[in-house]
Amino acid sequence: MNAFLAILQRDLRVAMHRKVEVLSGLFFYLVVATLFPLAIGSDLDILRRIAPGILWVGALLSSMLTLGRLFEADWQDGSLEQLVLTPHNLSFLVLAKIISHWTLCGLPLVILAPVLGLMFDLPGNFVFVLMGTLLLGTPILSCLGAIASALTLGLRGGGVLISLLVLPLFVPVLVFGAGAVESLSAGLGTQAYFSILMAMLLPAVFFSPWACSAALRVTFE
Amino acid sequence: MNFELNAGEWLHVQGDNGIGKTSLFRAICTLAPIDEGEVLWNGQSIHQDLPLYLRDIFFVGHKLALKEELSALENLAIECKLMDVPFNELDLLQALAHFGLQGRERVPLGILSQGQKRRVALAKLKLAHAPLWILDEPLVALDASSIQLFTKLLEDHLEIGGQVLLTSHQRIELTGPGRVLSLSL
Repeated sequence: MNAFLAILQRDLRVAMHRKVEVLSGLFFYLVVATLFPLAIGSDLDILRRIAPGILWVGALLSSMLTLGRLFEADWQDGSLEQLVLTPHNLSFLVLAKIISHWTLCGLPLVILAPVLGLMFDLPGNFVFVLMGTLLLGTPILSCLGAIASALTLGLRGGGVLISLLVLPLFVPVLVFGAGAVESLSAGLGTQAYFSILMAMLLPAVFFSPWACSAALRVTFE
Repeated sequence: MNFELNAGEWLHVQGDNGIGKTSLFRAICTLAPIDEGEVLWNGQSIHQDLPLYLRDIFFVGHKLALKEELSALENLAIECKLMDVPFNELDLLQALAHFGLQGRERVPLGILSQGQKRRVALAKLKLAHAPLWILDEPLVALDASSIQLFTKLLEDHLEIGGQVLLTSHQRIELTGPGRVLSLSL
């Protein structure tokens, strides 16, 4: 547990010193969400309809942007080697890395959603549903993306490969995440969407660290 | 190739560039696969109880595994937590002081010189409780006085029954039982 917290604390502290990297994902999200209303015009009906889709696609792309760096720095400076050589379960330490990635790159998107929702004139209850789906969905993106990031570690052009690898995996998350708000506007319940997102999140959290650690061990061999 | 290392012994592996010293050490640390042969620890295959073995070794490679954004003190604290070694700030400060890093404890590592960073990485050894030290080119970028301090650290470790496995292109004058192993094709 000590080691788990140490990794979490270390990654968050390092991020505080590298604000630009953390903020780039967030900034990208902001830019995407801001440009759409400007390009499409001020028809509020249209904006309200496309808001959930745009905010979700923005979150997805922004997380893809930051995923490449999940293990990169540790790999470069040799810290990853030392993680493999600690007597602790590597999966457990990888989970700490995934959680810190989500805290830095996923959670801010969730928090920012209501502000961007205002820009699209989303009503309050829609914003709540959108935040809820992002809250469940962004950790799935971090978990799945971590696997791709671990698999492509050390490859040139890994960034492109990551996008290709995670895209099919991200699609269901996008469909159900954005679908929840859609369903609300059609007057239907959203509970099914939350249940499905939850059903995706739990196995992702459970299996992703394990898959990542297997991929990382292969990288060293 | 076959060698054995007893408690209190050192082994200095020498050889030309590219002969496979680093590969050998990575294989001993389980970081690289072994095609043929086996690594035994206390007479048992290391894979029988890998966590136990990993607890008993400490590896310092070419990459120092230090975070440049954090201070030397923070880096060492993280290392101790990862190794499950109980520590207090005084221990960390002493380990850094051993390598003459007084006054540099709290500045980000990024602004230190290569040699100073290397010294911070070697200060980890002073905190590790592992008996077997595996050091791949530990002397790179060190000045003469640091090499002396480092040799002293190795000798203290050997005296209490530790083992040291190292490569270096420089000579290290170690007293106590040990030998030089030359690799050649």
